[in-house]
Amino acid sequence: MTGARPALRPDLAVIASHVRPGARVLDVGCGEGELMAVLRESGCDARGLEIDPVLVERCVARGLSVVQGDADRDLADYPDKAFDYAILSQTLQTAARPDRMLDDLLRVGRQAFVSFPNFAHWRTRAALMFGGRMPVTRSIPVTWYETQNIHHMTVTDFRELVSAMGVRCERAWYFTGTRPVGAAAANLLAEHAVFELSR
Amino acid sequence: MGSNPASSTFELPFPLPLDGGQTLANAVIAYESYGTLSAERDNAILLCHALTGDQFVASPHPLTGKPGWWERMVGPGKPIDTGRFHVICANIVGGCMGSTGPGSVGPDGKPYAMRFPVITIRDMVRASVALLDGLGIERLHAVVGGSMGGMQALSLAANFPERAERVLAIATTARHSAQNIAFHEVGRQAVMADPDWQGGDYYGSGRAPDKGLSVARMAAHITYLSEAGLTEKFGRNLQDRPDGSRGAKSFGFDADFQIESYLRYQGSGFTQRFDANSYLYITRAMDYFDLAEEHGGRLADAFAGTTARFCLVSFDSDWLYPTAESRHVVHALNAAGAPVSFVELSAPHGHDSFLLEHAALDRVVRGFIG
Repeated sequence: MTGARPALRPDLAVIASHVRPGARVLDVGCGEGELMAVLRESGCDARGLEIDPVLVERCVARGLSVVQGDADRDLADYPDKAFDYAILSQTLQTAARPDRMLDDLLRVGRQAFVSFPNFAHWRTRAALMFGGRMPVTRSIPVTWYETQNIHHMTVTDFRELVSAMGVRCERAWYFTGTRPVGAAAANLLAEHAVFELSR
Repeated sequence: MGSNPASSTFELPFPLPLDGGQTLANAVIAYESYGTLSAERDNAILLCHALTGDQFVASPHPLTGKPGWWERMVGPGKPIDTGRFHVICANIVGGCMGSTGPGSVGPDGKPYAMRFPVITIRDMVRASVALLDGLGIERLHAVVGGSMGGMQALSLAANFPERAERVLAIATTARHSAQNIAFHEVGRQAVMADPDWQGGDYYGSGRAPDKGLSVARMAAHITYLSEAGLTEKFGRNLQDRPDGSRGAKSFGFDADFQIESYLRYQGSGFTQRFDANSYLYITRAMDYFDLAEEHGGRLADAFAGTTARFCLVSFDSDWLYPTAESRHVVHALNAAGAPVSFVELSAPHGHDSFLLEHAALDRVVRGFIG
């Protein structure tokens, strides 16, 4: 490795800065392990779950502990409260049943961080309203028929789901690109949201 | 069979206690080593070989002259880099390449043959650990193995949790399934049905159960391949006939199909380098392997005391030890809180994929060994 590490995606940066140093962390859908690598530097015991074998292989090559598996199925195999934090970044919208995945997330972790693209962002709304087509934007960059996102949701939807599930929302962060957005207009103005949850 | 001048040997300073209740006195372990042991003795990697493997992992086989069985993986600058690590590979106890096995001479001056005690995977590991003690290696940088070698790596982690920092188990399982046992039984019965087996007392008789052992090897070899790999390599292609006619059926029982002649070749080559009784004992050891059973029935308990990092690798075309077997181990390690990585690699060649060219496997091994 040479040069500076590329900046973390804004949702990952928020999560990284709010995970307690030394904590036990499960990163669900960990990709190449960018977040895990940062967490490891702060003394965390970070584990990953990733469906793509090529990404798992890259993680293993970085010395990270990552299990190849499908979060929809394999989260069930993790023991209760095995982790201080369970993290689901940009993956909830790909889950077969997002509500069940949240349940499992808060079963294996005492707390959870969840980040997702907000489908109610004004750009998405405008694309749908004026284009009449499923939007392809910088936060939802793939055409409807080839996207892995099968459950698009909005900030408001998520808040409602969480409250219906009896899950406590500890904190939330909203972004347009890398710029933070206030909570009040988040459903319209945020491209991404990050929630810290607990039971 | 028996002594092997190309290997170093180590005589265990104590009778080896065996799971079967007996002990094995004056057991000798033959081993090869590569690379230099550091002054701190902290760069050793124990490589565990598979059923029909041996200690010649990265050097020519003294009987066949063929390259070592993992020459592509082990060597200077290779994924298991002998420029950095001191790699030790021992012939398992019960084997036939210089370690004490059924072909070795017992205390009464005659070959053990079937008087050799039945051994287990854990017994093999005990012997390897005794060898490490003899070499003054307290803690391994890693223990690495594929197939039966992977069983040994897992067994070492479970039974000697302080002895290895990293455990890499490839294309393996924590227990032998009924199907695994069934295939092994076919092989053993083939050996024992050969009249030249003579109840195992064939040493010095001028006859050996080569036909039976060759059939055993043929049956086992099929389990190491995949249907897709076989179809790709052989299909239903016909063999050139000895009389020069090409691709013609003989309407007899010669090796008409290329796959038949390939298996016959595999079978006959095997008898030149392997002892039939060793084959019986080693397959038995694998059949008895059930790591959970040794630890009260719960596999996670087998790994309760471990501080090692684990990596498991399976291949999607391996039906001998399919991915589900590796996942089973991964779940147990997760339940035990052990740091574990797992990846299922895509490969067309079935169980044998771990021995063949596979760039992703190389990257995983290199990355995990560190």
